[in-house]
Amino acid sequence: MKDIISVYDFSKSDFDELFELTDKLRNMPIFPKILKEKTVALAFFEPSTRTYLSFSKAAINLGASTIGFSGEEGTSIAKGENLADTIRMLNNYADMIVIRHKFDGAAKFASEISEIPVINAGDGKHEHPTQTVIDFYTIYRNFKNIDGLTFGLMGDLRYARVVNSFLRALTRFKPKKVYLISPPQLSARKEILEELNYPYREVIDYNEVIEEIDVLYVTRIQKERFPDESEYEKVKESYVVDMNLVSKMRKDAIILHALPRVNEISREVDKTPQAKYFEQASYAVPVRMAIFHKIVGE
Amino acid sequence: METVNKKELIVSKIKNGTVIDHIPAGRALAVLRILKIAEGYRIALVMNVESKKMGKKDIVKIENKEVDEKEANLITLIAPTATINIIRDYEVVEKKKLKIPDVVKGLLKCTNLMCITNNDVEAMPEFKKISEKPLKMKCVYCDTVIDENEILKQILGSKS
Repeated sequence: MKDIISVYDFSKSDFDELFELTDKLRNMPIFPKILKEKTVALAFFEPSTRTYLSFSKAAINLGASTIGFSGEEGTSIAKGENLADTIRMLNNYADMIVIRHKFDGAAKFASEISEIPVINAGDGKHEHPTQTVIDFYTIYRNFKNIDGLTFGLMGDLRYARVVNSFLRALTRFKPKKVYLISPPQLSARKEILEELNYPYREVIDYNEVIEEIDVLYVTRIQKERFPDESEYEKVKESYVVDMNLVSKMRKDAIILHALPRVNEISREVDKTPQAKYFEQASYAVPVRMAIFHKIVGE
Repeated sequence: METVNKKELIVSKIKNGTVIDHIPAGRALAVLRILKIAEGYRIALVMNVESKKMGKKDIVKIENKEVDEKEANLITLIAPTATINIIRDYEVVEKKKLKIPDVVKGLLKCTNLMCITNNDVEAMPEFKKISEKPLKMKCVYCDTVIDENEILKQILGSKS
């Protein structure tokens, strides 16, 4: 494996291997230094906290040193340097590049310029493949399987890159059913839906389907997407995961969220057995270590 | 060329080059745009002539240029009915078979303003065919799908 641009770069067996490898790494007292004397460039053209730090920690755990930046300020990009030239420069200093960028398709373009592996850490509203491996690993830890489950994706399904990657990754498995819960303005993109090979249904009111769902994946609804603020307020109210919603869920169902959250999950939900988003966040480093393993082939 | 006999010839035969016949009326200039024909070539354009098959059609003759497979396929995007004849020494030596191209690089723009191809000077737009009927092509960078209307709009401009 060289570049990781889309979840489509992972086969079903890649997912299985990554889950097993992550299990192993989580139980290791000392990590194998497979990235010893290697440098990982963290090229975060968009600011990020969680993803940046977890990739950095994963690289350091495997013996690598890291270089990079988070946000354009203070870099030559702020002076107008184009992406291709920044990637060429990083090729001189590093052994692989982890890239986050505000433009859709930036990671693929970077991989065409780069001679060293490129990992997509989120490109615009396009994809965020490593987050999906974390999401799926959390599901695997809780259910021992991905197949046969009923999923509900709720919130902004149009502009959230984690949703695109999640829906695409499910094509590698056999979900029982996927409910796409969103206001019509934020429904999943048609071109993504056309790729899906499993049963799905778009719904507006989660009450219709909440009792069936095993995995509820919540995304933040971004206020700035709405031309009319009153529309946003209306929609925002209907998609808050609160104790009332949790009470309708199955006892063994789980709630996931890529974080950071704003108001879409009430704090009181954090203590319920269904809340798994902090557990999910805790897997970020070992999953990304496993991904580094796959890239270097050890 | 079904409608042109010696008496009706508007432009003379060419010795070597390409004759593109059965272009939908009004699209000859767009065909030249696709072929990126600029200065230097001797070209004959016949527009809105009678056609038994099509009612009206355009014909393009280009001297000393043989349209290749890739160029022929691009022509299908706006002129699926076109026939392409390669001429050597006044004779048709080859009739190109047209096929909608699997990949179109550099010709079409992505409609997603946040696509990297609209934001980096070096990123060249590239589309892959996902279906022929209806014609749909997908941006290889951001997965935005463009349809036949959009393709026609981009190539024909406002003259469609």
